[in-house]
Amino acid sequence: MKKKIGLGKGFLYAILVTYAIVTMVPFLWAISSSFKTLEEIVSGSMNFIPKNFTLDNYIEIFVRQDLFPRWLFNSAFIAITATALNLLFNSMAGYALARLTFPGKKSLFILILAILMIPAQVTMIPNYLILKELGWLNSYQGMIVPSMINATFIFMMRQFFINFPKELEEAAEIDGLSRIGTFFKVVLPLARPALAAQAIFVFMGLWNDFMRPLIIMSSPEMFTLPLGLNSFKGQFISYWNYIMAASMVFTMPVLIIYAFFNRYFTKGITFSGGK
Amino acid sequence: MRQSYNKKKLKETGQGYFFMSPTIFVLGLFVIGPILYAIFLSFHKVQLLGNVSFDFVGMDNFLRIADDQRAQIALWNTLKYVVIVVPAQTMLALILAASLNAGLKGQKFFRIVYFLPTLTSSAVLTLIFMWMYNQNGLVNHILATIGLPTYNWIGDPAVALNAIMIMNIWSTAPFFMVIYLAALQDIPESLYEAAELDGANAIQKFFFITVPNLRPVTSFVVIMGLIGTFQLFDQSYIFSGGSGGPNNSTLTVVLLIYQYAFKNMGTMGYVAALAFALAIIILIATLIQRKFSKEESLY
Repeated sequence: MKKKIGLGKGFLYAILVTYAIVTMVPFLWAISSSFKTLEEIVSGSMNFIPKNFTLDNYIEIFVRQDLFPRWLFNSAFIAITATALNLLFNSMAGYALARLTFPGKKSLFILILAILMIPAQVTMIPNYLILKELGWLNSYQGMIVPSMINATFIFMMRQFFINFPKELEEAAEIDGLSRIGTFFKVVLPLARPALAAQAIFVFMGLWNDFMRPLIIMSSPEMFTLPLGLNSFKGQFISYWNYIMAASMVFTMPVLIIYAFFNRYFTKGITFSGGK
Repeated sequence: MRQSYNKKKLKETGQGYFFMSPTIFVLGLFVIGPILYAIFLSFHKVQLLGNVSFDFVGMDNFLRIADDQRAQIALWNTLKYVVIVVPAQTMLALILAASLNAGLKGQKFFRIVYFLPTLTSSAVLTLIFMWMYNQNGLVNHILATIGLPTYNWIGDPAVALNAIMIMNIWSTAPFFMVIYLAALQDIPESLYEAAELDGANAIQKFFFITVPNLRPVTSFVVIMGLIGTFQLFDQSYIFSGGSGGPNNSTLTVVLLIYQYAFKNMGTMGYVAALAFALAIIILIATLIQRKFSKEESLY
């Protein structure tokens, strides 16, 4: 397992450290700006350590900007609800495709694979028109219902259940559990690692999504945070201290999830990458 | 016996469709339905306000793309963006992955740091970069300090798209780096050992073992990159406040689709045609990439 590095070692460290700095600088700059006073922001000071460290920007966005907590709530509500539904529905579909025999299964599977290839812009306009017909524009269900399944993760769950030991289900059946009972009481609890990887990616996708809420949500109190941030930018053109504070609040939840579940990240990426 | 077999089969069909029902509902209403609807729209002139009307116009919507100057600008900007960003982010991802995989101390730390942009939303990253790209911002300050020319990154039509390119190469490369890292684990150590016996140095090993062995992964990374870059929207939208400016320099195909769909009236049919044209361009680019990577592997 020994890898020869020799002279190259210094060179490799130079690459790694340089790129770490390149990655960190924008984030450090944003964090530092979020603790600066407006005078310091406007003065064009280039200090990474704020001269007058202040929490005012955070107080401003949470206390005086009454829409900001609302946006945070909208983002959290939509992302959490849709993630929960995704976990349930993707697993159900993946399980049926892996384990059950029924007419039309093969066509459904091919259909799901085909959908993975279609760019979202093709369905964007008709989707908007359909949501308009349903009266679901500018509503939570307009955001949640169309995104409560995900073809990529149906496919991932199918692969997971195909390799799942059959004996457990057979034992459950002997114990008198129905198929549906077996799925919820035996199979799903054992699928936790796959569910965790799925949950992280679905949540991140929904939390960070900009385009769909931009199309669906029209009134400011229904905005999700990315939209809110964008409208903040228009409203507070040179108040970068507020914009950066809001950006940091928005980024925190994903960083926290990453800190706790980072081993599932690699699994999820290599899955979407390997297949 | 036969009857009970049939009964069991019927029961399983019922269960199958029970498990599939949410998926079938959403796919039908929000994916398959819309695709068929989009095909319908693309052949019609659509009037949705007032007297709703659909007039069949054949291929007119598709032909109109050729006369639309903004569509051509958008396509040109998008192509420029794809041609620069895809190779750059792929190479960067490969270099970072190979460096991380060399077994140096602290690689876990570097991995976590590199992953930060992947976790952060496009809206936040775009805002952070706009703040840094400010005329008196951090980027110009650094450039001036080391004696390089400064730019009006956001306001100058000649550099605005480049500013988005730099930002996106920076933010997407780490994602592909993780894919490369996983693939690097699969290259047999014996290949490197054999090369060492033949006296190969680190650079030679990188070019003659690592790069060729990663070819299938590279092909995948490039295809993912093509699909992603052709769909550039969030960053251009936020950067230009939705206009695609300055002077259409950040107008991308998807941004144009958005503008026609939601800012103009009576262009829904044309928008559907544009979206299909984009889907076809992405498909062709993907096929060309596949053909190239197959031909390469013949050597």
